[in-house]
Amino acid sequence: MSGFRLTDSTLRDGSHALAHQFTEAQVRAVVRGLDRAGVPVIEVSHGDGLGGSSFNYGFSRTNEKVLLRAAVEEAEHAKIAVLMLPGIGVKDDLVDAAEIGVEVARIATHCTEADIAPQHIALAKELGMETVGFLMMSHMISPEDLVEQAKLMESYGADCVYVVDSAGAMTIDDARARVSAVKNALTCQVGLHAHNNLSLAVANSMAAYEEGVDQIDGCTTGLGAGAGNCPTEILVAAFEKSGVHTGVDPLAVMDVAQDVVRPIQPLQGVIDRDGLLLGYAGVYGSFLLHAKRAAERFGVDTKDILLELGRRQVVGGQEDMIIDVAVELEREAAAAMAQQIQDH
Amino acid sequence: MTPARCAIVGSGNIGTDLMYKIQRSDVLELGAMIGIDPDSDGLARARDEGVPTSPEGADWLLERAGEFDIVFEATTARVHAAYAPRYEAAGLKAVDLTPAKVGPNVVPSVNIDVALSGPNVNMITCGGQATTPIVAAVNGVAEVPYAEIVSTVASRSAGPGTRQNIDEFTKTTSKALEEVGGAQIGKAIMVLNPAEPPIIMRNTVFCGLAAGYDEATVAKSIVDMVAQVQEYVPGYRLKSDPVFDDGPYATPAGVVPARVIALLEVEGAADYLPSYAGNLDIMTAAATRVGEAIARHRGGAS
Repeated sequence: MSGFRLTDSTLRDGSHALAHQFTEAQVRAVVRGLDRAGVPVIEVSHGDGLGGSSFNYGFSRTNEKVLLRAAVEEAEHAKIAVLMLPGIGVKDDLVDAAEIGVEVARIATHCTEADIAPQHIALAKELGMETVGFLMMSHMISPEDLVEQAKLMESYGADCVYVVDSAGAMTIDDARARVSAVKNALTCQVGLHAHNNLSLAVANSMAAYEEGVDQIDGCTTGLGAGAGNCPTEILVAAFEKSGVHTGVDPLAVMDVAQDVVRPIQPLQGVIDRDGLLLGYAGVYGSFLLHAKRAAERFGVDTKDILLELGRRQVVGGQEDMIIDVAVELEREAAAAMAQQIQDH
Repeated sequence: MTPARCAIVGSGNIGTDLMYKIQRSDVLELGAMIGIDPDSDGLARARDEGVPTSPEGADWLLERAGEFDIVFEATTARVHAAYAPRYEAAGLKAVDLTPAKVGPNVVPSVNIDVALSGPNVNMITCGGQATTPIVAAVNGVAEVPYAEIVSTVASRSAGPGTRQNIDEFTKTTSKALEEVGGAQIGKAIMVLNPAEPPIIMRNTVFCGLAAGYDEATVAKSIVDMVAQVQEYVPGYRLKSDPVFDDGPYATPAGVVPARVIALLEVEGAADYLPSYAGNLDIMTAAATRVGEAIARHRGGAS
């Protein structure tokens, strides 16, 4: 029997790493591979969820409904899931997803703002979808405060509430404390979504399992926002070696990683300084590529942008603040330069 | 001219903040503050200000409609939708601060004239008040196939109404980017930020630009528009010069060669909620401005 249920988010969180340029053929190939390997849930959406295609987050190359239809067609056993952030997507997007055949709706809010989600969770339930409450940037608040928000998600009807380490900022103790607090307080299922900025995504997932977590997220090859996600094939291999059955064929998922996803992965899973800084400073992982681009555009350092975003306590969705910070850093640098010239 | 006699229906955050602004107006006279909870902070503050109050809701106003010219609705979309026809029948002009969308959208710096005819105008949303002027400014001097805005407010300034109706916010604002701003397709995004101390309301406007625009003309049009909005929202400002980026960008309205970004901040006047709540301030300041235009128009006509 499977110890927990795995959701692979390569085709949603991985969309960030590809600047939302997935093609229909790529989606079909990944879904086919993961489905045959036994992955039970596969998430497909713009990286910022349904309706995320925008100036602020990047336009999708292919309409996500086309991608969802393709995914639903390819999946023989796996359920297809979507992510949706109230404020970015709207209820109509959930209706469309349900019509296409999506079976799991994951409704995401910042970890302190669960109360913007009740209508969306209720609608997803009404549409017959399994529903997840997805509390992003969970490292920013204490386990006790997180429990309060998780209880709200449960009260709206969520079948599972996720502790989401969007910044890859959690140590093993951080992840353990949050999962165990939420698990003890809720009767519904609890999940963990980990990022790999501190190289702890697999370790945190295994610690969460020890605390009784019911669902765990991975991305094949770790393809995902920031420094990448918990790599699905490594997660599966590590659990199998520990005697925990995942229901997924370790060799088959390794093949998908190597042969299907690695060829389309732009950065070969390297946690560079910027990726590490996100986790160290606790900054939303999806900001990484936008920050790199803004750094180049305005002639400033990515590192300085990320640190300033951390200082401002910016939350997921505020990609526009990257431009704001870059413009400000450019102006400060110009002022400092002018001062220097004056001093000489 | 004699000031127009006004009533505020709704004694929550918006109604209370609006009360202080109307009290400062030379052409508006606040004759009543109407709520449904006699113990509400808004009604208590109205009593402190010497404004007549009633906890009996809009029916109280309708019973003495002849004593008033303008009603500012600061309740909920449902209440306004129910009462709008009765206000009209009673000869009251309605300035609607709810998302009921009974009347046409109005933004003082863009289309104040729509408020002068017709019985009812709608103030859109706080994000709409903050961003549609910029889209209109760009659209006035260039072709804007697609406009997008990101409105970020402090968690503490977003009451239960906003939280329960986040879809309505994004949909209403998106539509206003088209109807008032003039974009072919509009998209609005809303983010709540819980940082402490609370952040000042931020709005970022992205306009896709069709070929043939002139950068200096577009920038000047934006800067001029900011100055116009500042006339009624003093805390409304650009954080930097408009930023121009070369694309191409594959927007929902087709591929555009470039975009312009306006980074805006709205610091409130701190009449009721603290200054970070620029979202509250821009709604009530714009509504006051609309009320004043109606009052002056009436004054001129009589």
